[in-house]
This record gives sequence, structure tokens and C-alpha cells, in this order.
Amino acid sequence: MRYNEPSPLEQMVISYRFDLPNSTSIDTYLANDGYVAIQKAIGLTPEAIIDELKASSLRGRGGAGFPTGMKWSFVPRNTGKPSYVICNSDESEPGTCKDRLLMENDPHQLIEGMLIAGWTIKSNKGYVVIRGEYRYLIEIVDRAIAEAYARGYLGKNILGSGWDFDLYTHSGAGAYECGEETALLESLEGKRGVPRLKPPFPAVVGAFQSPTILNNTETLSSIPVILRKGGAWYAELGLPKNGGTRLMCVSGHVNKPGVYELPMGFPLMRLINEVCGGMRNGKKLKAVIPGGSSSPVLKAEECDIPLDYDSLAKAKTMAGSGGLVVLDEDTDIVAVALRTIKFYAHESCGWCIPCREGTAWLKKIIGRFHDGGGQQSDIDLIAELANNMLGRTFCPLGDAAAMPTAAFVAKFRDEFESRLNHSRTAQAVPELAIV
Amino acid sequence: MADPVNFTIDGRQVQASPGTLLINAAKQAGIEIPAFCYYDGLSLQAACRMCLVEVEKTPKLQVACTLPVAEGMVVHTDSAQVRQARKGTLEFLLTNHPLDCPVCDKGGECELQDMVFRYGAGESRFVEAKIHVDEKQWSPIVFYDAPRCILCYRCVRICGEGLGVNALGIGNRGAVSEIVPNRGDHLECDECGACIDICPVGALTSGTYRYKTRPWEMEHVGTICTHCSNGCKTTLGVRNGHIIRANNRDRSGLNGEFLCVKGRYAFDFNEHPERLTAPLVRATNGELRPVSWAQALATVAKKFTELRARNGKFAVLGSNHTTNEENYLLQKFARQVLRTSNIDHHRTGDVATLMDALHDRQNALATTSDLYNSKAALVIGSDLAQEQPFIAFQLRANWRHHKAHVYAVTPGPVREDNYATTLNAEPGREFEALESLREKLAAEPELIIVFGAAIKGQAVARLVEFGDSLNIPVKYVCLVDYSNSRGASDMGVVPGLLPGYHSVQDAGLEPGLNYDQILAATDLDAVWVVGTNPVARQPIAATNAFVLVQDLFLTETARRADVVLPAASAYEKNGTVTNVCGDVQKLSRGPKTMGAKSDLEIIALLAKEMREDLRATSPEAVFQEIRKSVRGYDVPFAVVETGGAAHTVPLNGRVAFESEPEAIRSAGNTLFTSGTLGRFSKMLNAVIESPGALYEDPHKRSFVRPGSVQVETVTQEK
Repeated sequence: MRYNEPSPLEQMVISYRFDLPNSTSIDTYLANDGYVAIQKAIGLTPEAIIDELKASSLRGRGGAGFPTGMKWSFVPRNTGKPSYVICNSDESEPGTCKDRLLMENDPHQLIEGMLIAGWTIKSNKGYVVIRGEYRYLIEIVDRAIAEAYARGYLGKNILGSGWDFDLYTHSGAGAYECGEETALLESLEGKRGVPRLKPPFPAVVGAFQSPTILNNTETLSSIPVILRKGGAWYAELGLPKNGGTRLMCVSGHVNKPGVYELPMGFPLMRLINEVCGGMRNGKKLKAVIPGGSSSPVLKAEECDIPLDYDSLAKAKTMAGSGGLVVLDEDTDIVAVALRTIKFYAHESCGWCIPCREGTAWLKKIIGRFHDGGGQQSDIDLIAELANNMLGRTFCPLGDAAAMPTAAFVAKFRDEFESRLNHSRTAQAVPELAIV
Repeated sequence: MADPVNFTIDGRQVQASPGTLLINAAKQAGIEIPAFCYYDGLSLQAACRMCLVEVEKTPKLQVACTLPVAEGMVVHTDSAQVRQARKGTLEFLLTNHPLDCPVCDKGGECELQDMVFRYGAGESRFVEAKIHVDEKQWSPIVFYDAPRCILCYRCVRICGEGLGVNALGIGNRGAVSEIVPNRGDHLECDECGACIDICPVGALTSGTYRYKTRPWEMEHVGTICTHCSNGCKTTLGVRNGHIIRANNRDRSGLNGEFLCVKGRYAFDFNEHPERLTAPLVRATNGELRPVSWAQALATVAKKFTELRARNGKFAVLGSNHTTNEENYLLQKFARQVLRTSNIDHHRTGDVATLMDALHDRQNALATTSDLYNSKAALVIGSDLAQEQPFIAFQLRANWRHHKAHVYAVTPGPVREDNYATTLNAEPGREFEALESLREKLAAEPELIIVFGAAIKGQAVARLVEFGDSLNIPVKYVCLVDYSNSRGASDMGVVPGLLPGYHSVQDAGLEPGLNYDQILAATDLDAVWVVGTNPVARQPIAATNAFVLVQDLFLTETARRADVVLPAASAYEKNGTVTNVCGDVQKLSRGPKTMGAKSDLEIIALLAKEMREDLRATSPEAVFQEIRKSVRGYDVPFAVVETGGAAHTVPLNGRVAFESEPEAIRSAGNTLFTSGTLGRFSKMLNAVIESPGALYEDPHKRSFVRPGSVQVETVTQEK
């Protein structure tokens, strides 16, 4: 089901089946362009499929935005080892809730995307790794997998091609870190969910020491339509190097929060004002977190910006996972910063020192600050500690914690300072608060 | 070899071989890049982030422990940015560290202290509450203090990768991550303490050493472990004449970072309350009574002289633990002074037959480092991980680092099964199993054959024939069980052989009685037992014989003696010992037990008392005599003197000798036993959870912590 009314401004390329009755059933899928792309793919060489993906300029929808066609081209073939297709459905970035809809409403589209990936690298096995909290989605995807087996889209000799492909769901165990691709692989292999040393990258040494295609749910769900309608058509929907559409997950202080499929490069202010029906209660916009909680915040005056990977990168933030959090003028930025760092301190896997100790320390300082025990020097200390983490951690989780924290302090220093001067409890707290 | 890579580090042009990690390339150039988690020979972690350096043309600081050097790379290890990063990382590390250095065992030899001293900030900006977790005891040996832990995962890796035990893991996540033992609240493992030694901080501490001393109060004496035959270097921490700890302080021995539970913890026999400190002489009322050394020596000398004068029948039983010098002098005394060939020791492997079978070959005896470097190895008839822990570690390391092929032919499951090609064969049927491996073995470029006491007599010759038939270079190791078993054999503490495997017949003597025959003989007039305890197994049949015993304790044999002389332990004397592979190493005296004398000194004093001239009697002088006169022992003196291992090759022609396979018996020790000596180690006995049954179903076992209630291991449910 959908959780919000669709907007007329949406361009539904991967979400157009969401509103169909029985959208999860294979019959609905087959009646609406389903399993056409895999038939087409079976007639194509792997190179032709990868070229089509490169032409589409599809970029990874999980957060890093790496070009998908290129990622697939790195997977060595004929190594004598098995190879794997893994779907990263460990959607955990705060503010992000799109993969959930794709699995809940159109699981066959995802299965078809994984089939195409499997055919491309001649893999015989795939796993959909779904975050533990999405237990109910595992049932939906499992049902769809069973249907696909029953109709011969999974299993032996798919569509008479002589090629076999088995697909399984696998439950995550409740760790944000396991959304990082190598930690996800460790978790899938039954080990502790900590990231692996790279290189080698998963394309070469991935699941079970073998070549692996590992993509986000939305990325894989976008593959069938690209093969069906062509990479050039898909690329046209968006901007150069930022092809197609993506599901934007909008939460926060807007009138109509929800998940909307919009072309890459859709202007942020139009998203807020036209798609989401403007700010709630007519309040003024204060800031937007544009790509999940790990993306640095944009101040209201920076929000006149197209939502694509490159424009946001130029603004020193990122498109990330497409989770936008819109904050109005009443928002307490110190509280937002605290909520954010609490999340990362809780989710740090503890593997490396700067992330493990840095997130925990930042959480304590910002918590103390939030509760009125802050000192002037803390503001610079927060910024400096974030800086001591940036680019020095083993995996991007440390950056994901440090970047937004640094941005909150840099862009809303005044709020931190006024907290210091006007806190209700500030007078009551001794100068040096040792808890 | 591939062309070296040229790169620049701190303004210096240097070279390194391709694939060298930057951290090691820097070390070769004399530049230290600090790191906690990087440890030579263990898997790469990149977890501590201390080794971040600046590499030109890369946007971020780079991890030196995982980055191979590249042509033209320009590296800065001491730029402002790098210094700031190190300071930042150390500041993070100290946030939850208790800073209890004044009472921490590691204080003074702690890598965290050293790093903060060198690279850290002088003041702390952390004013929040620290995370505290109570210290845990995991076994009689291992204690874990989580707040001190910096999570470098060295312990997890040495246990899993190094030893193949996998007893440690990581629990929780984030700032409350901690190391966890394999059985929930306690450890069931080899208790080797490698995790404690490798810990850079005071997180893992040892039950024997904790809170006993400050490291700088000890004198550190590097010597050779006195238990099994592997010849590991152990460094004794000696304070006021007492051993406080034994560990692998500088990893300079042939064993590198390896030591087993015996090498690290079973030194406490040395101070067992039952140590003998005065000579004992049997009084007329039948009791053993303490007397002075002068009195005791006079009693023995008088008796020996008298018996010799009337052509009495002497027999001498030597030790597997005494030094080469002591063994050499003992057999010299027996053959020259007592004029007897009845001399033997408890032989635990058929070394002499191997020497005979190999006679004039070059390069046929493997060194301990060969075990690490050979492309392939075959183990026959030994539960290596239990009986020969360092040899097992060495082969495993060879497999780990060099992908060596290891084959094992054993009667039952062994730990080598985890990585080796193993075949189970009943004792006596090993050669059938060998035949089925023939094709694979013949395809190897080289091979080391390591065989246990099950292969003896004819079987040894047959094994060498098998090795020859493979048509590849083959080296051999004949496994023996105790710290100087090999030396006793080389020094001629054997009835038919003089030092260096010369037949006694060459000297115009007849071979005498062997160990078992000496015990069984009823007509002996005197039995001299040095550092061995035969009566534990079998009484001395010559009930009327005069029995002299030199030992540390009042053993079963000593209780039968007429005179007991208190001997110094291997840790209390100088000398040399020869390990299982024939590597000679030096013992250095650490502690001293008042009243005890080294066996060498005792033999020399007896000779003096009997007015006999044995010429050289100091450890140094006897070693020189051995170097000159014993085949294979003309080793470089400087190597031995500076604490190195020198390989002996006592091969030079056939050995005219009757091998007596029935006299060769494995001592059957496990990781947790060490013959009579092991019985006097409290620590060794404390950790025996299931003697010799390391591999039984762990779910059926329980464990009692000292001073606590019994903790049942709950059977895991599905």
C-alpha cells in the first residue's frame, strides 16, 4: 500500500504499479510489462546489458551514487568460482523509506532486476538481504519468490535459456552498519557485521569470496524498465550523468510528507512547495537535510537547488539515500544534532577508534550541551572532534556521523551559542559539568 | 625477484620490494609509523587508525598498514596533519580508558603509554563520564579488564589465526564493544596466554603475575623453557631471586611470539614448597635426614670408591632435562670413573636410528625454521598440537603464510585436521596410509617428515626409504618429548653410544644395560639417578643397591634413595640444551634456590671428592670440549653465546648400534602435563579442566572458578 496520496508532478517509472489492485501478485506484474525485460536480456550479451545501463546513467540509489553500469562491468566473469547477486534491502538511513515501498508494493520488479543482474554475470544465486525490522516485508518478498518459481521465472532453465537462478531472502539482525555493503556481506555469511578492508571490492571478492553484484533495492528495481525502454530513454528523464527518476522520501514539517517518484534534478523548493503542499502551519523553512541523516544540512537560503547527485555535492552535501527531512523555523537544531549523533553512536560497530570513541564522545558533549551544561569551548570542541573523525575512519559510518555534526555547528553556530546563554538550566549548572 | 619500488619517505629516496606494506617499508628505512592493530604475521585490520600518513596526490590520509608501496609514491610521516591525526586518535582512545596506570600491570611496558608519551597530547579535554565495566576472570590464567582494552583485536587474531583455537571474539558494538571468551563467561582453550603477551595494554592480564610487581623491578632473563623438546625461548622476570613471570618479552627466540601454557606459566614448580634444599642421607633408623653438602658428598664418594675397588656393578640413569654439559660430564664420569656402560635415559624417540639411516647426507635434518619455510610437511604418529605445541604452531604458520601443504597420519582426530590433509591409521599401519599419500607427496617440491615415537627401530629406516622413493628433497625431524631429550641422545647418555653417535665398541667397551634393564637388574651394586623418576612407573629391582638421586623434589625414586642431592632446576643454571630439531641454545640462570646445586657442579664435586680429574667442569669449559669432540656440535660459538639457535648435524657415517625399539616410549604428555615436573606446577594443575581431552564435546563440560560457585555450561538448544 501507499502511505501518501501521489502527486500529479510525479513521474512514475518504477512506482506506477503501486496503485494497482493486487500489485504484489505475479499476475498483476505480468499484465503490466512484467518479466518482459528478462526475456529481452536473455537475448542480449552481458556487454550489451552493461552498455544499456551505462547509457541510462543510473547511479546507485543506496547513497554513494556510483554508476551502476560501471559497477557491473567490474565483476569478473568465468573465474571458475560461483558468483552472486545481492540486493541491499537493509534500508536504515534515518529519513529513508523507499525500499520498503518497492518491496511492499512491487516485489516482482525487484526480482526481475536481480534476474537481469544474475543473467549478466551468469550467477546462479541471489540473496535479498532485508533489514530485520522489515520482517513483514520478508513474507511479501518470499511469496513473490514462490510465485516466480511456480511460473518458471526462478529455478532451473529460466525461460528455456538453460540458465538456473535461485533467489533467497535473508534477514538482517538490526544493525545500521550492515547496510554498508561489505558489512552486509559479513552478516550474510553469518559473521559479525563489521566492514571489510577494501580493496578487494565486492565486485571481485564479494559474497563467499566470489564475484558479486551488490546493489540497492531501488537500483535493482530500476533495471527492468531501463532494459524495456532503453538506457537513452531513462537517461533523458533526468539530468546528464544523473539519469532517471528516484523515490524521494520527504518527512518533517511539510503538509504532505511521503514518498514521491521524481526525475533526478527536480528542484528542492518545488518539492517542498508543490509536491508536498508547502510548509506545515505556514511556518518558515529553516533547513533541509537532503539525503538521509548523514548528509550535511542545507540552510533555507541554500535550498534553491536541484536534487541530483552533482548539484548537492557541489553544495557540500549529498543526495545520499533520497531521504529528505524538512525543518521549520521552530526546530531546535541542537536537539536535531543530538538526535542524529545518538543514532550514530548507537550504530557505530566499534571496529575503528575514531568512530567508536568519537561518536560516543560527541553524543555526550552534545547531550550535555542540549541539557544546559554546555560551555563556550564545547562548540569548537564539537567541530574539532567531528573533524578528527572525518576521513579517518575505516568505513563511511564515521563520516556519516561527523559530516552532519560539523555542518550543524558550522551553519547554526548561533543556535548553539544562544543555547549557552539562554538555557533555562544554564545558571544552575556548575562551570565544569563532570557527570 | 621483481624490481624494487622506488619511493620517497620524509624526503628520503628509498626502495622496497614490490608489495611491501608502507608501514614495513618505512621500518626498513628506519622510520617508525606507530600502530596498535598492525602485527606482523597476523591479518590486516586497519582498525586503530594510528598509522595514518600523508601520501601526496591522495585527498585523505592513508592507512600505512594496508597500503603497498608504489613507484614514485611520496610519503610524509611527520607532517603537521599526520601529527594532529595521531594526537586526535590517541585522545579518542583515552576517553574511556581508566588511566589507572599506577596500578596497572602493564605500566612501564605499555604501548598505549609509549604512544601517548610520544605522539599524544599532554592534557585531556574529555570531561564526560567514562564507561565502566567490571573486570572479568575467564580462567585461572586469563583476566580481562574491558575499560583498558583498545580493541586492536591482536588477541582475537593470535588465538584464531595463530593457534587455530578461536577462543576469543568480539561482543557488543560501538563504544561498549569488548573481547569475549568462547564459553560465555569463561574460556576453554589451550590457556597458552598468547593473548596476554600480545596485548599492547593492560586489558588482558595473567593470573600468575597480576599486581605482583612493577616491570622495572624485575631482571629479565632470557632462557629456554624446560618442559617439552621444542626449545622455546622464555624470558623470566626475576625479582630478588624469585621468578615472577615468564613471557615472550622481546620475541627474539626461535619461537617468535609463541609459547604454550608450560612456557608461560609452568615455571612455578621452581618455588614449590617441596623443593629440596639440603642433601638427605638415609640414617641407620631408615629415615632420610638432612646433612651438609660436604657430608653427603663424602658419603657418596666413599661408597662409589669402595664399590669400584671391588668391581661393583654400577648403573646410571640420566635426564631429559639436564644440560648438554651435564649429560656429557655424566656419561664421562660413568664411563671413565665408574667404568660402566650401564647408562641410559628415558628415550622418547629413536634419534640414533634416524642418524644411522641418514648417515652421510647433507641437509637431511630439518631446523625449526625449515618447518616454517618448507613447501610441504608430513606428520606421522603425533598429536602435534598436544605434544609438540611449537612445532604445531610453526607448521600452521607455514600453511597460513606460505600456503604450505601439510599432511598428517594419526591414529585419531588432531587439530591439524583443520587445515592439513589427514589420514587416520591405527598404530602399526602408518605405512599403508603413507602409500595412499605417495602420489601427492611425490608431487611436492620438497618435504619435511616429522615422526613421533610410534615410528622406531626398523620403521625409521623404512620411513627414510619411503622418503628416498619420493625422489624429492626430504628432511626429517624425530620427535622427542623433553627439553633436552635430543641432547641426552647426542651426548651419549645411551648404553651403546658415546657422544656424537660413536659406538662404545670404538672405545673398546661393550654396550651396557638400557633403562628398563637397569631397573629390572637384581645384581646392581649402585644406581645413580639424575633428574628422572623411574620408580613412579616401576621399582628398582636391585633392592640392595646403593641409590643416589639428584632431583628437585622428593620423588618416588628419591624416596628409595640412600642419598638425595638437591639439584638446581634448568632455570637456575647456565649451559646449553638441544631442541627436537637439533638446535642448540643457551640456558641462562635466573633465580636461585638456596641449598641446591646444578647437576654439573654436583658431578664435578663428586669427581673431586673421589680425586678424579674430569678436566673441564664449568659449563663454558665443558661446552668447548663438546664443540671440539662431539660430532655435529662444532657450532658457531658466537651464535649460541648471544642467545641464538645453532643447528647441529651429528651425521657422519653409519651408527653401529642396536636400536632397542622396546626401550623407546613417548612420555605421552599433553598441553597440560609435563611428566614429574608438571606435577609440581600449581598453575599447570589449576588449568587442567579435562586432562588430555581437549577435543571432547564442550557442551558436556563444566568449569569451576576459584572462589566461586560452579558454573554449569548449558547445553545449547536449537
